[in-house]
Amino acid sequence: MPHDHHDHSHDTDGLSPSGHPYRPDQDHKLTRWQAMEIAMRELLVEKGIVTAAEITETVEQMDRRSPADGAKVVARAWVDPSFKARLLENGTEAIRELGIEPGVLKLIAVENTARTHNVVVCTLCSCYPRNLLGLPPDWYKQRAYRSRVVKTPRKVLAEFGLELPESTQVRVHDSTADMRYLVVPARPEGTEGLDEAALAELVSRDAMIGVATARHP
Amino acid sequence: MMGLPQKVRVKNWHPPGHVRAPMYLRGKTGEIERELGPFGNPEELAYGHEASRRRLLRVRFTMGELWGAEAENPADILEAEIYEHWLDPINAP
Amino acid sequence: METDKIHRWHDMGGQPAGEIKREEHDFALWEKRVDALQVLTSGKGYFTVDGLRRVLEDMGEEAFETMSYYERWVQSVNQNLLEAGVYTIAELAERMEQVQARGETYGECAGSGE
Repeated sequence: MPHDHHDHSHDTDGLSPSGHPYRPDQDHKLTRWQAMEIAMRELLVEKGIVTAAEITETVEQMDRRSPADGAKVVARAWVDPSFKARLLENGTEAIRELGIEPGVLKLIAVENTARTHNVVVCTLCSCYPRNLLGLPPDWYKQRAYRSRVVKTPRKVLAEFGLELPESTQVRVHDSTADMRYLVVPARPEGTEGLDEAALAELVSRDAMIGVATARHP
Repeated sequence: MMGLPQKVRVKNWHPPGHVRAPMYLRGKTGEIERELGPFGNPEELAYGHEASRRRLLRVRFTMGELWGAEAENPADILEAEIYEHWLDPINAP
Repeated sequence: METDKIHRWHDMGGQPAGEIKREEHDFALWEKRVDALQVLTSGKGYFTVDGLRRVLEDMGEEAFETMSYYERWVQSVNQNLLEAGVYTIAELAERMEQVQARGETYGECAGSGE
């Protein structure tokens, strides 16, 4: 699981707290596109369209969002069958119960079981439940994933390490319009004694996209 | 437009410009999975216009319908959201 | 009629493609700011996410293959703001010239940003 975000004890040079390399930024030569961002931002602030504080707050909000929010939703669904029913019925309303403000997000939650495996893609761009999971991984936005998962999902899932038996039906969800999708992975066996917080630790971002299962404790 | 559940076929239109009905679903037949919306029509919103409201429908296709003999497992499913003006109802005989 | 079909590059579902590359990176500050400008200005009604996508699509396949995600986004947000009449091309050009004259790096040229 090289792409999960549970180990925050990195002290490796050149890697971020989540263990990924930083993009060139402050210390590299200014690019045309960075100059454009600075110019646009300053013009928008001077014209009173946005305030500097709003920009800072929006960036900070982006940094606060992470798959941990989605994992909380999944863990609650595992321990509370009535919540799970409400989540599957109307995901947008259900996440409010956990204090997660959906904003523009319109959420459909889909449940993985022994017989059904769900996986999410956006073939036309890269729609993703950002308000619940943070920003999408790079591979989610790439041509390879977007092209292939709607035609050969089993092969793609196998490349992610997930071999599904023929008896499991695959359901691919293409986010073509206004809805965003959360996969509720199946609860692993042997987790009866765990509390909600410990259960949430088992739920990775990739499991909520549908390219992985929940971890075993 | 139609009651639920019903079979529909995605229009085999190929206009230029911003649309949200993917090419690989055009001309394909599926069943309405649920009704969503109405939502502003992205084909108008994309050009800065006040958009008309359109019903959005989740349509369920089988992989066999979409990919024929190339499907990994024809009983596997693909679901997508399609605006009503891209769907033709297929009436039961 | 098959000959009438226009297959636009961004419409990728089912197309042949190579292996999925799993490397990931965190976003730089300037990229997050581009994202924030999009969220804020579209949220205030200057354009829609559909307008953002329309311009990204019209930029074409080469842009997708050769530029990063937020390099494309900054151009699309700009295009939409120009179309909405928020600022003029001359205002943008003049400000970019000023920004580029401030120094060599993003850190030097971005000012306080606050």
